[in-house]
Amino acid sequence: MLSIRRVPTVVSNYQKDEGEEGARRAGGCGRNCLNNCCLPGAKLPLYAFKKLNKAVSDVNLDVHENREPPVAFLDSLLLGEWEDRMQRGLFRYDVTACETKVIPGEYGFIAQLNEGRHLKKRPTEFRVDKVLQPFDGNKFNFTKVGQEEVLFQFEASEDGEVQFFPNAPIDAEHSPSVVAINVSPIEYGHVLLIPRLFERLPQRIDHESFLLALNMAVEAGNPYFRLGYNSLGAFATINHLHFQAYYLAVPFPIEKAPTKKIIKLDGGVKVSELLNYPVRGLVFEGGNTVDHLSNAVSDACICLQSNNIPYNVLISDCGRRVFLLPQCYAEKQALGEVSAELLDTQVNPAVWEISGHMVLKRRKDYEEASEGNAWRLLAEVSLSKERFQEVNALIFEAITSGDNGSGNAHGGQDPESHTHEKVDAIKKSSHPTMVAGTQECLVLQ
Amino acid sequence: MESQVGLIEQSFHSSYSFCVREALVELPDNFTITDPCMSGHPIVFASHGFLKMTGYTETEVIGQNGRIFQGPGTSRRSVMEIREAIREERAIQIHLLNYRKDGTPFWMLFHMCPVFNKEDGRVIHFVGVQVPILRKPRRLGSGSGRNGVDLCEEGSTGMHDVVYGSCRREVCSDSLLELDHVLARESPVDTTNRGCAYAGFEIEEPCEASDMEKRRAVTAINNILSVLTHYSELTGKLVCGKRCSLSGVGLPSSSLNISLGRIKQSFVLIDPYLPDMPVVYASDAFLKLTGYARHEVLGHNYRFLSGLDTDSLTLCQIKESIKMERACTVRILNYRKDRSSFWNILHMSPVRNASGKIAYFVGVQTEEACKKQEEHEMSPEMRQLSAVGAVKVAVRSSSMAAGSSRS
Ligand SMILES: Cc1cc2nc3c(=O)[nH]c(=O)nc-3n(C[C@H](O)[C@H](O)[C@H](O)COP(=O)(O)O)c2cc1C
Repeated sequence: MLSIRRVPTVVSNYQKDEGEEGARRAGGCGRNCLNNCCLPGAKLPLYAFKKLNKAVSDVNLDVHENREPPVAFLDSLLLGEWEDRMQRGLFRYDVTACETKVIPGEYGFIAQLNEGRHLKKRPTEFRVDKVLQPFDGNKFNFTKVGQEEVLFQFEASEDGEVQFFPNAPIDAEHSPSVVAINVSPIEYGHVLLIPRLFERLPQRIDHESFLLALNMAVEAGNPYFRLGYNSLGAFATINHLHFQAYYLAVPFPIEKAPTKKIIKLDGGVKVSELLNYPVRGLVFEGGNTVDHLSNAVSDACICLQSNNIPYNVLISDCGRRVFLLPQCYAEKQALGEVSAELLDTQVNPAVWEISGHMVLKRRKDYEEASEGNAWRLLAEVSLSKERFQEVNALIFEAITSGDNGSGNAHGGQDPESHTHEKVDAIKKSSHPTMVAGTQECLVLQ
Repeated sequence: MESQVGLIEQSFHSSYSFCVREALVELPDNFTITDPCMSGHPIVFASHGFLKMTGYTETEVIGQNGRIFQGPGTSRRSVMEIREAIREERAIQIHLLNYRKDGTPFWMLFHMCPVFNKEDGRVIHFVGVQVPILRKPRRLGSGSGRNGVDLCEEGSTGMHDVVYGSCRREVCSDSLLELDHVLARESPVDTTNRGCAYAGFEIEEPCEASDMEKRRAVTAINNILSVLTHYSELTGKLVCGKRCSLSGVGLPSSSLNISLGRIKQSFVLIDPYLPDMPVVYASDAFLKLTGYARHEVLGHNYRFLSGLDTDSLTLCQIKESIKMERACTVRILNYRKDRSSFWNILHMSPVRNASGKIAYFVGVQTEEACKKQEEHEMSPEMRQLSAVGAVKVAVRSSSMAAGSSRS
């Protein structure tokens, strides 16, 4: 087994150190959680978005019909609820009091000094060699957060119109998706989108959940509100399906990187390769409808998952562009292949770091932050050129085979099986370390 | 819309003398002028050439943001570059795919630059010139341009042309050239739906302007700037194309103005470090609520809203929470310019910049009489908090950039 030790991020005030958890849980817990004990009668705002049967890029055409652009409702709701939690003191620190700067240079990497985020937590062991792991109800998961940490329920509207209910009951049967705060925010508005909370899904992308995340970006309509996803083995710390999101009104370096078009899929989705960026990756954009884009990306993610390749996803530009980055840092770290100097910075290269937003824990690193340093760290995260080509071959097989993009053909069930077997063979021959099953390796920070 | 039209007139004539319009109309180029201080950063002037090129009428364009000319084939990376140039108040020259009113796409060389107030160095307008590009295949090696010139999305290698571009280009370059000639002659091609007609069609392939077209853009910008400069001399509010002094003391940069302008609610920013803590930003909704003009508000202490029957204890409470650097909500009797009074539910909160220090206090106003909440609406309290959040994001982010004018 390959694993690394790292300080887990405290995303909820109800998240105790592992071990403490589980021991101390009696019924009727009295802390207003989301389990059966506290759920009856509980209410939360509900935002139901309008499903779009068109491309995101066509959305701005609506201005002609309706000259005064409609208020960005989701955006306001999220900001308002988040500010409310801030004034109620639910966060571990005031993230707006954390120093942050754009590092001079061509790409404008962003550095934040955050000395408070990782305090008071013991390092925990994380298995990094399995991208898919079963849900474990004994570990911390989002059904254990307090209701006050949940901002609202988020779902597709049934009648095709935007709907808002300030006080909707939480109907566990109906399995709502919810948006909750991250009590250790890395920027203003840092939230977690938890698809179908009560289904207790493991961290694993499926078509329906990714479409939900993409719709949230579309619906927020703010190019500075991005969603991110970390797979297990690519620095997700909680094995309960979730996306993250926050506001940062500067461009991310990854968004500035030039791209080279590789292919245009049937549904109009353009897939390009990132150029001149330290981490190799793909960019998905366009598509005749939001569903086309969503399905293409989901197919690619599912392919990576079933081939046990850790990856990160960034949804940017109001859901118009999606970056997909397979990575191997945790594996290298577990195998002892990362330099002590890089490990010392304790930067965990998850989706935000890979996109160019570096959260640093030591003032020294913050003051010395340079484009060169950021670049060196991220270069360690990237797959090698050869490996990236191999992985691309798998992805392209997955996204060009099925009837990608043609709408609902995929449903939400177990969409993995169709790509699984044929690619497994290729994978085994090309990258033996990924299937090494028994190796034990611990990296202490 | 009525008030918007008024604001647009005002935007233009507060800086330039009356005849500026006539002088601009004389210019043959395709260009637009926008006002970053107005909510939504709308177009306040569009030249005849521009209207002819895009097929829109003047009334359809004035008051809109320039992004309405974009469509599915427009490179998002290029749009981001324009967004950032605006945020950083600098000029940019970039190739961009735009769409006419009838949905037909066309390539143009977009050249945009800020117009500064000579006195306080603040950006008062942006000028954008749109030079249509006569499309021809890009030659190897002609890829990278000078600073600020876009590398046509696909990077600067030029390799790409050979590997991916050439075969397709062989197939359709003829028809493309033909199409471009048609487009260049301004005769609408019969397409009803932008995107569909051209989906998968190589109109999206990057395209390079000739040196002549680039020079044309620069010349046009210079001509427009000299007209604006000339007509601003007459009003005494000189403008120029280069930032000539430090940004106005205490006033938010135009990039912050743009982000704040997106926030629809009534709010003001107060600078706690200036003597008497003056208002340094007031939203359009605030002006509408109180009846004051912007210049009557900026630089003045918030107390101009108080009057005879305003409770002095409440005023103390506000002062106290500013001193304690805390958020607070009060109910206060305020007076409009016409001296009519209203109950104001005022929420105040400190706002920090990128270095984590308090830069402003934001005050969000809600008129109590309007407090009837519809069943499916956000509560007024929540709406106030959302404005606070949006202001916090805007202030924090706009002071982050190395080149920002207020840090
Ligand atoms: C003076 C000026 C003129 C502009 N003209 C155009 C235009 O003709 N076509 C276009 O696609 N964008 C134009 N833009 C850019 C858009 O208005 C907008 O700034 C851009 O889409 C990026 O910002 P956004 O993310 O808010 O859309 C112009 C901007 C300015 C400041």
